[in-house]
Amino acid sequence: MKSGRFWAWFVFLMGAAYFFIPLIATIEFSLRMRRGVYSFDAYKVVLGDSQFQATFMFSVIVAVFTILLGVLIVVPTAYWIRLRLPQLRPIVEFITLLPLVIPAIVIVFGYIRMYGSNSPLPFLGSNLGANALLVIGYAALALPYMYRAVDTGLRTIDVRTLTEAAQILGAGWGTIIARVILPNVLIAVLSGAFLTFAIVIGEFTMASLLNRPAFGPYLQNLVANRAYEPAALSIIAFVITWGCMSLIQILSRFAPKSANRPN
Amino acid sequence: MAEPFLSIQHVRKSFGATTVVEDFNLDVAPGEFVSFLGPSGCGKTTVLRMVAGFEEPSAGKIVVGGKDITRLKPNQRNVGMVFQAYALFPNLTVAQNIAFGLKVGGMPKPDADRRVAEMLDMIKLPQMADRYPYQLSGGQQQRIALARAIAPKPKLLLLDEPLSALDAKVRISLREEIRSIQKKLGITTIFVTHDQEEALSISDRIAVMYGGRAEQVGTPFEIYNRPATKFVANFVGTLNVLEGKVTDAASGKVQVNSQEVSLKGKLNGSKSGDTLSLALRPEAISLGRQPGHDASLSGEIAEVHFLGSVIRVRVGIGGNTVSLDTFNNSTTPPPVVGDKADISFSSGDMLVLH
Repeated sequence: MKSGRFWAWFVFLMGAAYFFIPLIATIEFSLRMRRGVYSFDAYKVVLGDSQFQATFMFSVIVAVFTILLGVLIVVPTAYWIRLRLPQLRPIVEFITLLPLVIPAIVIVFGYIRMYGSNSPLPFLGSNLGANALLVIGYAALALPYMYRAVDTGLRTIDVRTLTEAAQILGAGWGTIIARVILPNVLIAVLSGAFLTFAIVIGEFTMASLLNRPAFGPYLQNLVANRAYEPAALSIIAFVITWGCMSLIQILSRFAPKSANRPN
Repeated sequence: MAEPFLSIQHVRKSFGATTVVEDFNLDVAPGEFVSFLGPSGCGKTTVLRMVAGFEEPSAGKIVVGGKDITRLKPNQRNVGMVFQAYALFPNLTVAQNIAFGLKVGGMPKPDADRRVAEMLDMIKLPQMADRYPYQLSGGQQQRIALARAIAPKPKLLLLDEPLSALDAKVRISLREEIRSIQKKLGITTIFVTHDQEEALSISDRIAVMYGGRAEQVGTPFEIYNRPATKFVANFVGTLNVLEGKVTDAASGKVQVNSQEVSLKGKLNGSKSGDTLSLALRPEAISLGRQPGHDASLSGEIAEVHFLGSVIRVRVGIGGNTVSLDTFNNSTTPPPVVGDKADISFSSGDMLVLH
């Protein structure tokens, strides 16, 4: 019993060390910009850089649109598959996994060929079009995470009975999805949204090849040319990530609790 | 019957090569409470789902209030439904759940609020308006589901095994509540159940289903006392089935294990020499020859089970075994296994099964 407890603590401490030592080292390094003393100079430089603000804002806006597009595509699809076409589920799951095995660079070159300024759909002929293409590309990249999150959420509710209960009360498909299904898988959607946000904020390949002023290319440029600022930026990104996760935790408290199972 | 309110005409439903409902016909009068009773897989829920619009019949038609609704979508039928699994929306409060159909139907908020309060009073849960479904017991959830189904004033109420998920005590009180609300509102209701006691206790009429067909449609009294088929007789209540041979069709004489019983007027269509299945309810049989009973059979006590207030006795009569209950009397010892015994009954209580 005592030996078991020792090993449990040992494994826990090893895991914690694996996680915290690089983090502490990065924080420590990010504070050493001024020779001989700890300071927040690296953070001031990063946060004061107009490029940082512009690229970060751009990526945040792209992330928000990507999440909206992802929700619009994935929620009705996952719902319909679960309700009416369960036999297609393995095929749809396979399709949603494709972005994991097809490198982003392949997808983006495909886009450039398909949607160049001389093509019938010249997305790349304007900034707005290129931004839209970036959002579409990111929605595809985030598909495996968004689909799985929503599908897992749908698994926790009795989709068929809730749908039928709403239908018999006079609701159409729009009302059913907006007022019954979506609110009951909100936490799952938020998890998918968070993962999408994380992917979009750090993504480099698509943004760089589509020549978009996103945070990923800025980050890469900074890492290539500076010493302390990238460490500060990593810590900032870490804080944003944890902030998002905390937000999901807070929001989940307001989520409806499922009571569809009979006692 | 007066002009039927719900008419199910020659309805058939097949899933691929499997036919689950075959030539189902039923007329339901306005305000009538009809139960579909049958074992799992008999097609009762499928018929209900076709009335609701969740399944489309492969053939036949469904008419409500003189209007053919066979091809209408569920949200166009103005039908209320209560599900076995409650199906309350977990993200909405009790009041919002009840108001859901009213809101979807475009009722102004003050009117909807008034109707919700009315419904909560009706199910005697006015204090629960702001609770969420997970904060309620199973019985309370099902009463909310009933209120939600009734709130938009549907033309027809469908109840799909609404009591199956509840414990025995709640089941009994809720079924009485459902019946009293149904009577008060006069709403035409179809109730699906596999529980015969439930169906017998609250229905105006029962449709006993088997193999996708209605075996018999009748009042609970008719179904219990005059079952039309062997299946109905066996499914509803406990039944002793005896094999008999017609010895004299004209005078109604039947032989059971070399003993003769007279069943005058009950052998319609049977010829001398035919073999029949005869049925007797346990409550129609007495141990020993009793005054008023015009038929008797002799046998041997095969089993005795002491159950407290009653003693269940099984009497072997040749190859047949007859089960009957006698009240426990502290001054009379129970029968002894192996003793010879007579059973008596009124020949009028004996059913001939076809």
